[in-house]
Amino acid sequence: MFEVYDLSFMWSLSNITQTINSWLNQTFSPTWALIFEMVIVGICVISLFAILGLVLVLMERKVSAWMQIRLGPNRVGPKGMLQSFADTLKLLVKEGLTPNGADKFLFNLAPFIAMIVAMLLMAPIAFARDFKMWDMNIGVLYVTAVSSISVISILMAGWASNNKYSLMGAMRSGAQIVSYELSAGLAILSIVVLTGSLNLNDIIQSQANGWWIFKGHIPVLISFVIFIIAVTAETNRAPFDLAEAESELTAGFHTEYSGMKFALFFLAEYVNVFIVCAIGATLFLGGWMPFHIGNWQGFNHIMDYIPSSIWFFGKTFFLIFLIMWFRWTFPRLRIDQLLNLEWKYLLPISMFNIILVTAMAILGWHF
Amino acid sequence: MFIVKYIKEVWSAIKSLLIGMRRTGYYFTHHKEIITQQYPDNRDTLNLPERFKGEVVMPHDEKNEHRCTGCTACELACPNGTIKVITKFDISPEGKKKKAIDKLVYHLELCTMCNLCVIACPSDAIVMAQTFEHSVFDRSKLTKILNNPGSKIMDGVE
Ligand code: SF4
Ligand code: SF4
Repeated sequence: MFEVYDLSFMWSLSNITQTINSWLNQTFSPTWALIFEMVIVGICVISLFAILGLVLVLMERKVSAWMQIRLGPNRVGPKGMLQSFADTLKLLVKEGLTPNGADKFLFNLAPFIAMIVAMLLMAPIAFARDFKMWDMNIGVLYVTAVSSISVISILMAGWASNNKYSLMGAMRSGAQIVSYELSAGLAILSIVVLTGSLNLNDIIQSQANGWWIFKGHIPVLISFVIFIIAVTAETNRAPFDLAEAESELTAGFHTEYSGMKFALFFLAEYVNVFIVCAIGATLFLGGWMPFHIGNWQGFNHIMDYIPSSIWFFGKTFFLIFLIMWFRWTFPRLRIDQLLNLEWKYLLPISMFNIILVTAMAILGWHF
Repeated sequence: MFIVKYIKEVWSAIKSLLIGMRRTGYYFTHHKEIITQQYPDNRDTLNLPERFKGEVVMPHDEKNEHRCTGCTACELACPNGTIKVITKFDISPEGKKKKAIDKLVYHLELCTMCNLCVIACPSDAIVMAQTFEHSVFDRSKLTKILNNPGSKIMDGVE
């Protein structure tokens, strides 16, 4: 493996974090410096969430409109760019109702759990070269483990609402997430087998001479497809949106929520989409790693001129677009079709696939 | 064989999904296809689809003649009781009595623009117009009389 130089080093994010870190450590005692850094990271995460919510909601509405031969929001601000600000304002001033028969504590807790899970998932993601919150040696395991907590918030919301639509939506969502986690896990595992590491940083470094989706031949391609299908199901988005299923369950688990509590669920959905796409981009498309072809030094150097954060966000948004494309093209599955797809198709294929990948990794058939 | 059928199934599923995605991808990239009308802004250049239905009207020619014979087929066809045909008897020049319409009353507020009356009419006397700005301040203005005052039936329409 060769060393990659960030040619725009002056402006790289890792440089900025380093400067802040050394300045804080010079000015304050190490404990206070750590506390300040935590506060800064917290503020950064919350503002990233806010920006993501605004951008993704607008993006979804525009994408859906264009795919359905409509115009989409085009009145608020230039070309409708401020539409999601207006929506947020509306949600902020709305009354957050708690139904009389609801379990008040759980009802109010559920949206925050959804948000906290989304926040926790941000920790191991590398947004740019050497720019991540927590360099953990079991990043992949952490992500798969924490992401399954999100089903608890959905079940909690469904149960606490004391409403049969909510409960039914929550139960469906539980069945769905539990079953699709298997194939998502196996798809992730195929990359772990190829790299031999659970550390997301190592996985990215292993793609310095080409992304896994190109290096890994057809088996990795199959894993990638399975991963995308499974995460679409795990984030409860159409065509797997049985937990919400507007036409059957009014709004599923968040039927009874209004105002800011509803907004938190809404935001958590979009942030989850961002996170799973970021993980998909990290595992299969090289994360922040620029597009490199084998040992073509010249070509690779040109690609390095593009900052790593742009590579990361570009790939992530490409995957988000793909998932939105699914949502506005495919009709919703029935619950039996959904479980058939997982247990009769995705799971056997991914099990067979992982054997292929393992053989490939042992025999060294990848580049 | 089972496994061949299985693989074929997966393959045809993927293919049909890709066909669907190609269609929406086409729409996504071809903004000329967008059919949204930005209504109040383009009021003068509004381009309504051919089959858009706004209200039922009865066309009259330049001699103030219509084609309605007063057969009440439209009244019978209407599921909402929107149309009421009030007939009278005309005395023809030969002294024979002939059925004709006095008034064809149309309650716009009840109409669902289902087009059934137009299909039912045997002499093509009524059509759907594309006007749609129907709001008025007085409800009684929505009850319309479709035949013009003093209009007659066209020659040759039985
Ligand atoms: S369009 Fe339908 S509802 Fe309206 S008058 Fe004709 S038959 Fe009745
Ligand atoms: S409009 Fe047509 S269907 Fe209705 S009474 Fe006249 S001729 Fe008959």
